[in-house]
Amino acid sequence: MSEYPPIPGTTLFDGSQARKGYALNKMCFSFNSAACREEFVRDEEAYMHKYGLNEEQAAGIRGRDVLGLIRAGGNAYYLAKFAGILGLNMQDIGALQTGMTVDEFKAKLKAYA
Amino acid sequence: MAKIVGMLTTSHVPAIGGAIAKNLQQDAYWKPFFDGFIPVRKWLDEVKPDVAVVLYNDHGLNFFLDKMPTFSVGAAPEYHNADEGWGIPTLAPTRGDVDLSWHLINKLIDREFDITTCQEMLVDHAFTIPLKLFWPQSPCPIPAVPVCINTVQFPLPSAKRCYAFGQAIGDAIRSWDSEKKVVVIGTGGLSHQLDGERAGFINKDFDLKFMDSMINDPAWATQFSIHELVEKTGTQGVELLMWLAARAAVPGTLQKIHSNYHIPISNTASGLMALAAV
Repeated sequence: MSEYPPIPGTTLFDGSQARKGYALNKMCFSFNSAACREEFVRDEEAYMHKYGLNEEQAAGIRGRDVLGLIRAGGNAYYLAKFAGILGLNMQDIGALQTGMTVDEFKAKLKAYA
Repeated sequence: MAKIVGMLTTSHVPAIGGAIAKNLQQDAYWKPFFDGFIPVRKWLDEVKPDVAVVLYNDHGLNFFLDKMPTFSVGAAPEYHNADEGWGIPTLAPTRGDVDLSWHLINKLIDREFDITTCQEMLVDHAFTIPLKLFWPQSPCPIPAVPVCINTVQFPLPSAKRCYAFGQAIGDAIRSWDSEKKVVVIGTGGLSHQLDGERAGFINKDFDLKFMDSMINDPAWATQFSIHELVEKTGTQGVELLMWLAARAAVPGTLQKIHSNYHIPISNTASGLMALAAV
């Protein structure tokens, strides 16, 4: 356990997450390759099976549920490669995780200036 | 002996690569970011460094969780960029400087930084985009040596440790038996968080204080634990470790050539600094 209090809305990708999310992250890492992205798009279920995703991870992929995928051990950098397949950019992903529209999320960012 | 001419730090957001490919530098969204590089390029034209040492963090191109070195040093004659999976263009390879690589490796291990050495190393946007911003020509006109710090998997090396790592890199460069002029580059940050319910978090006050500390009090941020840095700057804002290490490599009083800070570029508070050795 961490000696520090948790940071709200934040999951540190530590050893516990890295162990839990290994299969999911390994699948997402494979999306660096165009051939692997195509193979995933052709048959998502078969591709997830090939990498041994557990049910929580598979459900997160099926539901495009970013927060669920983080809970299932997903790491932001590898998950971003999955987002790339879906054609989503970082503002889309931000909006999905915060329950905002993309315009609201962009306005939130701009308001920090 | 080799001479360090100064240090450069910049954010390295992937979307910058897309903007360059689409020639959007003068677009209203991008102009405040790209215009920051004009005075820095002018300074580089004057000091003409021969080689760059680039401190950056890999985002899952070269390293996966199967093997995750805390500190790694490139020792390749050439560094290739590749498909990162999120649709940004692949940039031309960058030449390495293998003599400098092995000098760094030998000296760092001598100083008890037991780094991982990489004779093959793919370099991602955190290495290629900053070089492209500082030297828009393709390929990059000067060779570069990549030095990677893990910010993917916790535990990360502490700010204090990264600062000491930077000091050792600076000492190693200055002891290199070469007449070459070296520029040290640190890429990443500033405050941003991509993941979780706190996605979109930015901390302007902290960023500005940190940028000020780079000039006047370079070890300031070493007082914070990694946990505190994540809390203050976001899960990816912790990439300021690269800035700290780059600054530590070029100690003492530096002359500010230029700095720029702009919110937002993608989800990031973007920062740029060029400091010259005096």
